[in-house]
Amino acid sequence: MTELGWLPVHPDLSAAITQARGLASAGDRLNAAIALAGFRRDSLATLRIDKLAQEARSEAKPPENCLERRVAILASSTVEPLVPAIRVAALHRRLLLDIELAPYGQFRQAVLDPHSFLEAMRPDFVLFALDEAAALAPLPIAARRDEAETALDREIEALAALWRRARERFGAVVLQQTVLNTRLPLFGSYDANVAGAPAALIDRFNRKLADAAADAGVLLVDIDRQAAWSGRAAWSDPVRWHQAKQAIGPAAAPLYGDLVARVIAASCGLSRKCLVLDLDNTLWGGVLGDDGIDGIVLGQGSAAGEAYLAFQRFAASLADRGIVLAICSKNDPDLAEEVFVRHPEMHLKRERVAAVMANWDDKATNLRRLAKTLELGLDSFVFVDDNPAERAIIRQELPMVAVPELPDDVAHYDLAIAQAGYFEAAAFTAEDRIRVRQYTENAQRNAELASTTDMEGFLRSLEMTMEAGPPRPEDLARVTQLVNKTNQFNLTTRRYTEAEMERLIQDKSCVILRFRLIDRFGDNGLIAVIIARPHPGERKTLQIETWLMSCRVLARGAEAACLNVLADAARRAGATALLGEYRPSSRNAMVREHYRRLGFQPDGEQPGGVTTWRLELADFAEAKTFIRIRE
Amino acid sequence: MSTMADDTLAKLQDICREVFEDPSLRLTSETTAEDVPNWDSFNHLNIVAAAEQRFGVHFRTSEIESLKNVGDFVEMIDSKRKR
Repeated sequence: MTELGWLPVHPDLSAAITQARGLASAGDRLNAAIALAGFRRDSLATLRIDKLAQEARSEAKPPENCLERRVAILASSTVEPLVPAIRVAALHRRLLLDIELAPYGQFRQAVLDPHSFLEAMRPDFVLFALDEAAALAPLPIAARRDEAETALDREIEALAALWRRARERFGAVVLQQTVLNTRLPLFGSYDANVAGAPAALIDRFNRKLADAAADAGVLLVDIDRQAAWSGRAAWSDPVRWHQAKQAIGPAAAPLYGDLVARVIAASCGLSRKCLVLDLDNTLWGGVLGDDGIDGIVLGQGSAAGEAYLAFQRFAASLADRGIVLAICSKNDPDLAEEVFVRHPEMHLKRERVAAVMANWDDKATNLRRLAKTLELGLDSFVFVDDNPAERAIIRQELPMVAVPELPDDVAHYDLAIAQAGYFEAAAFTAEDRIRVRQYTENAQRNAELASTTDMEGFLRSLEMTMEAGPPRPEDLARVTQLVNKTNQFNLTTRRYTEAEMERLIQDKSCVILRFRLIDRFGDNGLIAVIIARPHPGERKTLQIETWLMSCRVLARGAEAACLNVLADAARRAGATALLGEYRPSSRNAMVREHYRRLGFQPDGEQPGGVTTWRLELADFAEAKTFIRIRE
Repeated sequence: MSTMADDTLAKLQDICREVFEDPSLRLTSETTAEDVPNWDSFNHLNIVAAAEQRFGVHFRTSEIESLKNVGDFVEMIDSKRKR
């Protein structure tokens, strides 16, 4: 497949482009084009975004934090249809390119002729884009190996002379793309044994080209290797070749443009530097807080466990090449650290991770903290999280963070991230090799930094609706299950059998509520249960003996919404006060201050850390949330 | 016209509206390239490319050159979508 699978899908990209064209100010249109370039787009949408940006650029100054560069493309085939795709992929990286092309088929003349267009243009980058026919003069199939090698070396040397010339004349960074090898096998696999076989010659050419480029400090754009991943047949379109001499077909244009743009961006220092990973269902299967260190799925023994292990290996290899790793997870901080130490199958070792940000704050806040701790810009972050809602939050709150769309199965995460080309390099230095250690030390030095984020806009945009009320008969099994498996956000960790639960539901003096939360990403299902019964000693007082919630919906104001519903139900049951209780367990430290946060007053402490809390309903004013309640 | 042809015509019209950045462009079976400003060979290839990608079809070399009007284009797309 040649689609840009890591970019999010816009709900209606075509309409959004049309709408952006209607914006009055050219600056706004250019900024809109930059934002739209970050969505998954086919060749037509790419053309339209390019047109939008080009027209706006002729009127507007470049936006802040954008670089401008001039790129000359010296090609042997028709590349005009590919130019918009390069510009749009660069635009997504806040890189504004002015691209000029050598006249068709005149890539040599452009470099050698002192009066060519390059003289006036003074390009920052020169891209050599050769097709099979231009790369290599025909050789007889029966050519001997030494004859083939001599012919190949001659072509490569001629090309290297052009590279040197381009660099001397303009000080330009030279890019050389590999030749898309669409020559068909004549002998089958045996082609490799025949020096003069057409497909074998191009393979050999590409290998020699890579070596020569490395020696000359020329940056390779390895389109042939990329095409091998997505299918050469999807890249080339013989009909287009016969019709218009396009070596790369329009369907592959967006991906081709991205490959070129990411190498230019890497050379400008715009590649990403830091990979931020979620923990639960990203580095292992399951929820650490609920399943425990021994209960998470990781390692040999199950296919799922091995898939998580393989993803950890991929992350560790990125660390080895100098990418900074960090963790951002809604989890108990101590428990998260403990997994690294105690879980025998953790391939990703703690010392390879520069910083761990595990707590119950929202992830935008935590990413900001990570940026400060690591002294890196948010625009150097790639954030990987299995949860689509978390991804959407970060895209909205921190648009400078790259957030790849991920396949359903962790087995495909590594490929998805690799395909996105976030970490494209223009060098591999000794400094890269030691970078991870350096960042780890810096992170330890920098203490926790407080930071706040305005969450209101985000919470509003989630369009949350809470369905609250007493459990219905068909809910009984699921309510009991949630009550018995929730460990972290669970104030008392009381367990109930289904029969006990049924009796409670029938007891009219008790208030039992179950909550579902629906947002624009879908139904989160049953997310909370509250059980309150009349206090044995105090009249008109309800004691909350169980309050638990699913950690999936933390930091969204759901707790406050639950209390609003509970207070209402308690008043209707004739109560004037609520009593809360926190019983510490090994897992529920996150809710120690739960009642205080909701406005309850401390009402005593017992041995073992059990605390009780009180809320007078007469004093209670409904808390503001962004959740609509329905029965 | 069949419902499939109507659907194809509507989608082709959407593509052309995008290519020409003209949200009010209307195509009928009788529309020819001469009727639409800027329908030159470059934009023709853009339309063909978008039609191939969005309808999931491939046109033969000879087919692309032999189209007389939009009706022909729709018929050609439909003959491939059916298969």
